[in-house]
Formats: sequence, C-alpha cells, structure tokens
Amino acid sequence: MTGEANAGVPRLEVRGVTKRFPGVLANDHVNFAVDPGEVHALLGENGAGKSTLVKMIYGVLHPDEGRLLWNGEAMDITDPHAARALGIGMVFQHFSLFEAMTVLENIALGMDEPGDMASLSRRVVEVSQAYGLPLDPDRNVYTLSVGERQRIEIVRCLLQSPKLLIMDEPTSVLTPQEVERLFETLRKLSAEGVSILYISHKLDEIKALCDRATILRGGRVVGECDPAVETAKSMAQMMIGEELKSVTRRSAGTHGEARLAVEGLTMPSEEIHGIDLKNVSFSVKAGEVFGIAGVAGNGQNELLLGLSGERLAHHDTIVRIDGEAVGRRDAGARRRMGICVVPEERNGHGAVPGMSLVENGVLSGHHRMDLLSNVFIRFGAAARFASEIVEAFDVRTPGIAASAGSLSGGNLQKFIVGREILQKPKVLIVSQPTWGVDAGAAATIHQALADLAAEGVAVVVVSQDLDELLAISDRLAVINVGVLSSAMVTKEASVEEIGLLMGGVHGLEPAPERAPEEAANVA
Amino acid sequence: MSLSTSFKIEPRREIPRSLLYATPLLAVVLTIVAGFFIFLFMGYDPFLSLYHFFVSPLLTFYGLSELMVKAAPLIMIGVGLAIGFRANVWNIGAEGQLTLGAITGGVVALAFWNQEGIWILPLMCVAGILGGMAYAAIPAFLKTHLNVNEILTSLMLTYVATLFLSTLVYGPLKDPMGFNFPQSRMFGDSALLPILLEGTRMHLGTVLALLIAVAGWVLMTFTIVGFQVRVLGQAPAAARFAGFSRTKLIWLCLMLSGGLAGLAGTFEVSGPIGQLIPVITPGYGFTAIIVAFLGRLHPLGIILSGLLMALSYIGGENAQVEVGLPQAVTGVFQGLLLFFLLASDFLVRYRIRRRAAVPQAVGEAQPAE
Repeated sequence: MTGEANAGVPRLEVRGVTKRFPGVLANDHVNFAVDPGEVHALLGENGAGKSTLVKMIYGVLHPDEGRLLWNGEAMDITDPHAARALGIGMVFQHFSLFEAMTVLENIALGMDEPGDMASLSRRVVEVSQAYGLPLDPDRNVYTLSVGERQRIEIVRCLLQSPKLLIMDEPTSVLTPQEVERLFETLRKLSAEGVSILYISHKLDEIKALCDRATILRGGRVVGECDPAVETAKSMAQMMIGEELKSVTRRSAGTHGEARLAVEGLTMPSEEIHGIDLKNVSFSVKAGEVFGIAGVAGNGQNELLLGLSGERLAHHDTIVRIDGEAVGRRDAGARRRMGICVVPEERNGHGAVPGMSLVENGVLSGHHRMDLLSNVFIRFGAAARFASEIVEAFDVRTPGIAASAGSLSGGNLQKFIVGREILQKPKVLIVSQPTWGVDAGAAATIHQALADLAAEGVAVVVVSQDLDELLAISDRLAVINVGVLSSAMVTKEASVEEIGLLMGGVHGLEPAPERAPEEAANVA
Repeated sequence: MSLSTSFKIEPRREIPRSLLYATPLLAVVLTIVAGFFIFLFMGYDPFLSLYHFFVSPLLTFYGLSELMVKAAPLIMIGVGLAIGFRANVWNIGAEGQLTLGAITGGVVALAFWNQEGIWILPLMCVAGILGGMAYAAIPAFLKTHLNVNEILTSLMLTYVATLFLSTLVYGPLKDPMGFNFPQSRMFGDSALLPILLEGTRMHLGTVLALLIAVAGWVLMTFTIVGFQVRVLGQAPAAARFAGFSRTKLIWLCLMLSGGLAGLAGTFEVSGPIGQLIPVITPGYGFTAIIVAFLGRLHPLGIILSGLLMALSYIGGENAQVEVGLPQAVTGVFQGLLLFFLLASDFLVRYRIRRRAAVPQAVGEAQPAE
C-alpha cells in the first residue's frame, strides 16, 4: 500500500518531529507536508535543522518524538535501505564515494539491486545524458572534480526511480547552464509525479523551481510561503529573522602597486587525471577583489596549491608578494609574508576534523597571530583567537573545545574563512567562500572580504558561483583546463562572454561516444 | 509486521573518552582470563600459575626493582615509537636501533676500558643515541627520497643489526682473555651506570626513562612540534596547508624513536649486562610496539603499560622457576594482550546495533523505537 498516492493525501507528512542532540534541540515539533509531484523547498540558515530533518526522513537518524507519514500511513523508517525501499532517494551535500573505484562501481555500490554491470553502465549513460549530467562510467572517482562527483550522486538516485527525491544543496558546484539543465530535469520528474524536497540557500533558485517553501529557524518551522509570490529578499528575511545587509563597498580606489603578482606559473598536476596549470599570469593590487571563475575541476585546486605555497613554483620570481619573490618559499614562509588561504576542501585540508577549534585556530594562525612562545603553544591566546572567530563570524558550536568535524559544513566554513580573515593578511586567497553557508552568513563573509579590500588587502576569490563573483569582484578572469584568461573589469564584462570563456562546453558535452561499448567490453 | 532483525556495525560519531581508557583494562582482564584457561588445559594449577606470573613478583623489594629495570627500556622506546605512530610513521625496527645503540655505546666503553673518568658514560650515551639515529636514518632516507615503506625497511634492518652484533662479539670485540667465549671484555667502572639502590640492579637509566616519558608528554601536548606531528598523522593535507614539512617531520619521528632506542641499548649494556654479548635484548624493541599502543600512544600511559609488559617478562621467568611453565608463556601473554587490545579497540571505534531489517508500519500504541 506504499506505491500508489491516494488523492488528497500528501506523499510525505512530517508531524511533530523533535530531535535532540547533547546540548542542542535540532528539531522542535516540526510539521510540514510534501504532495505528490510537488517541488518543496526547505529553507533555513546553517544549523537551522534542515539536514537533521532530512536525515530522519532518509532513515539516517531517528526522531525522538513525532512521526513520519508516507502516503498517509505512519512509517518507521529504520535506515536508508528502508527509505529507498519506500521510494525515497537522497543526494547528500557531502558525497560518500570510494575514490579508488570507478564511477560505475560507486553507483553499483550505492544501489540495492544494481543488476549486471554492462546494462547498468548503459543505463548510467542514458540517464546522465537525458538529464544533462554527463558521466564517463569508467573514470576513477579520484580523478574527478567536486562538481563531477556530485553528478554521480544525482545519477545514482535517478537510476532508482524515486518517488521522493531529497536534494541537499545540489547546485552549489554547477555552472548556470548546468543548473538550468538540472532544473529541467527536476521539473520533468515533478511532472512525472515525483515529489522533490529541495534544500538550498540560493533564494533565486527556490523562486525559479519550487512550488512551496517551508522555512526553518532554530529547529522550528517559522513560516511557509509560495516562493513565486515572495521576493528573494523577503524569504531571506523570514529565514534569518532580521534585515539583510547588502555588501557595501567603501572606496574601491587606491589601487597602487601589485600586491600579488603571478608571472607564468606552469605546474604539472600531482594527480593522474588532474589539470596542469599552463602559463598562468595575473596580478592583484591593494584594495582589489580579483575573481577567478570557472567550472569545477579546471585547475582551481592546483592554482590554490601553487599560490599558497603547498606546491612550489619552478622559479622564485614566478610568485611575488609586494614585489618580493616567494615562488620557492613554502606555505609557512608565505603565510608569514602575508598570504592567507582558504582551500576548497574544509575537512582534512582547511581543518583537522578530529581536533578542537582551538587547535584548528593554531593550525594556520600560529604563523601570524603570536600564538607561540618559542616552541610552546600559548593555549590561552589560542583560545581567545578561536573565541574571537566564533563570535565575529557567528559560528554555531557548543564551544571552542568542540571538534571541527562536529560542526556542520557551513559553520566550519565560517570558522575557516574567519580564521584567515582575522589574521590581517596582505593577500587573501579564498576558494568557494560561501559554499554551503546560508544567505546571512554569505552576506557577512562578502562584507568581510569587501572590508578587507577597503583596508588595502589584495583579495583573490575563486568561485564557481558566477553571481557571487559578479557581485563582489572588481576584475575577474576565467580558468579553463588550466589556462587563465586575461582579466576583465567586472562591470564591463558580460555574462555571455564569461560563459563562453568558461569553455561553455566543458562538462556539458554528452559523454564520449566510446563510453558505452567500452563499458560493455569491460563487463 | 516483520520481526526479523539484523546486527549492524557502524562507526561511532564521537569516541567516548571513558571507553578509550577502559579498553586497555578490558584487554588485560581478558588476557588473564584466557591465560587461566590455557594453564588449565596445559595441566597446571591455573590459580597458582597466575599468582606466580602476576602477583608474587610484586611482593618483594627485589622484584619491584627488577620491574623497573625491565620497564625502563620499554618506556623509553615506547615513547619514541608512539610519537612516530601519531604521525603515521611506522618504525617497527626499534629492536635493531637498540642493538646499534648498544654497539656504538659499547664500543666507546671498550675503547676506554682501562681508563677512568666521569666523561666516559655521557660519551657512551651520546654514541648510543647517534648509533640508533644513524640506523633509523636508513629507513628515513629511503622513505623521504624514494618513498620506500618504512615498515619493511626498518623491520628487515633489525636482523642485520643482530647479526652485526654477533659478528663483532665473535670477532674483533671478543674478550682476548675470555677463553674464546663470544663476549666482549667487561666494561670498566666508569662505563657502568650507577646503581640507585644497594642490592638491586636498578640503575640511573630507570629514572631517566621516567623523565623521558614526561618530556615526551610535554613535547606532544604543549609544543608546536608535537602539534605538527599530530596534524600530519590525522590530516596530511592540512599539515601541508599549514606549512608543516612532511619530510622534516618524518625525519624528526625516526630520529627521536631511533635515538631513544639507541640510548636504551646503551643503558642495557652499561647497566644490567655490563658487556657486549650476542643477545642483549629479549625483544624490547618489538614489545615496545605493544607498550606504545597499550598506553594509547600517550607518554604517561606508556609508563603504566611499560610496567605491565615488564611484569610479563618477570612473571614469565618467575612462573618458569616456581611452577615449571615453559618460557614461551611470556610471548604468549604478550601476544594475547595485543590481540585483545586490538579487538577491544574495535568497540571503541564502532558500535554494534540491532535493528529491524525491513520497514514496518508502526501501530498507534507502539513507541517509535
């Protein structure tokens, strides 16, 4: 009696669901319903309880109180396997993929009944082409960019023909064109009667896509609305409960000498299918925000490593800070010179998940924040530094002794961005500054970047979110297959021009023709 | 509704502190229980055997002093190894580094065997440390330059070191007045560690071992060096992000563990043994690996686990004398302890949950779980 939708009965109803964690009330008597074929948005800040809620629907967590009704019937969804058996699919914000395995193997592992590999491979190619999510089933996952990895998760769900599809921030790594294609997919699914529970911070997307929105704040439902009639701003205000600040730029002038200059940076990738940097040159002046746009996996990570000093250039003069050559200096030396960096990957790269926020403050902060006395760590000063970050960037955490891994993605991002900004850098390089953070926090981060620039810091923002770059950068360039375009003044650049530079085609071409036969041969 | 249930193993999100410290105790208890049955099946009185293994050595003053003598090298080596293990640097060859340290320290002692001076002993210690470091430098160089796995190189070099010691005591270092026995001259008085308590073998090295453990704790907990080691072990990419050099840290870990093993080797030959002989260690270098893990890779925990493993050596000897148990019992107990420790570690990282295998409709009256 789980298959057919009764007329008038919601496909999924959440009734009085409460979930407590030690010290936190994550969900407090939450009620809402999703109808068959409805695209329903779940909107809320970081820590509002959205992820907890959908994890309960997907059977990862279990409610302390309240119940879940599937087609009007109370269900105990014991685990994700049970959820999938009901017809619930979920695309997680954090991917669960085995890096050493191929795309196809990963998809098969996540399915309850994958069938034989040859036909699965054909279905993967079919579904991925039909929905504009090109995938080569035989590629190893470790060679794929974050954006490409997300496609695996989406395709894996679509293969199981779900009746309710939960999407946790699905568009954060897609290009505008890819987002549009995904929306077409979702609309098509919705027309076929599939309900979609859509979690996003991007209010414009919700307006464009969703039929209804439930707004969560502090674990409680604070409102329900029709996104079509609301404005993005009014929804954001409901979400954060206060007036939204827009980024104000103080005197963007006083661009003197280049603070950061890169001249002909060529660097082979460390990874087999990685992107080699080819003769990358650009310079950023004091007070300037320089944007680097591009689709995921076009050499952004390699560029970050080359700028931060995690990998060294071939010659000292290739990278200069305030005219001083630092190309052969390591990450610690460059930090002491004034380069601070926020990497794309938070857990394990920008932060050590198993360590406390205090220790994670020391991680990159000890070079510039006077946290050491000879070789000894000044734990008092380190705790003050961590508290300062938590306060200034509104990091939601039980305390500074909490481990970085226990924070939600957005909160950890706020902590890492805050840690670098508060170090008073001369050059700040940020990758995906607002990935996974909510509108309120994104505004805080954008404002902090603008303020830094106003104080004479050279800011480099690497982002796949073109709107973000158009809003905050003075000049921008596009990276495509390891080649950086010449820089253009943002105000004079057209979106079409940038879209073309992004390769436009990269990642949007149909999967290579040979893929199906090859997969068949392998199987 | 279905009643079929299944057991599921899943990783814990947060590791409970209490379990982290309770599992070593659990492992000790399980080892004793297993030992009880082994003795029983072998036809020995299990109570009497366990008494002579674990209790009676602790009842005499001499027994306690011997405990310290055996624990000292285990603690010193264990502390060094634990620091490396924290950084995912797996030095398995402390036994060989200990042997090299015994050789270099011993060679200094023999070079000055007929001389006196308070400088001889410190010189031996420096030579011992350098000997252990030099031997650990081989896997360090191979790992940092050629990416060769240090587990294999350090382990294999152990056997080279033991044979090298034999070559020396059967050859150039053989005591000319020693009736062709494979042993060196007895060291001079200036080359012997002072005895702390009259009538025992408790030497200065036992106190130094405790101080080294405390120093190791300070290094790992309060300094940026220890911090770098921990970051490298937990998140190598974050270590690189923060500008910590992997190469330098690998060298540091291997030099620390090699140097401490070398010093422990020098202490053995200048303390309890007093000369170079073909076999100078009952496997301290390997047992120290168990000591490091049993002590949770924490220098202060290693003091406790070092004492416990020392007891397994003394208890084994004691039970051999008193009950006639075979010598292999010591090794069996050490193996059992490591086995149970690793097994109970599983419970720290994972939990076993029982849950229904299929989704089921929940009746109105029934609670959710």
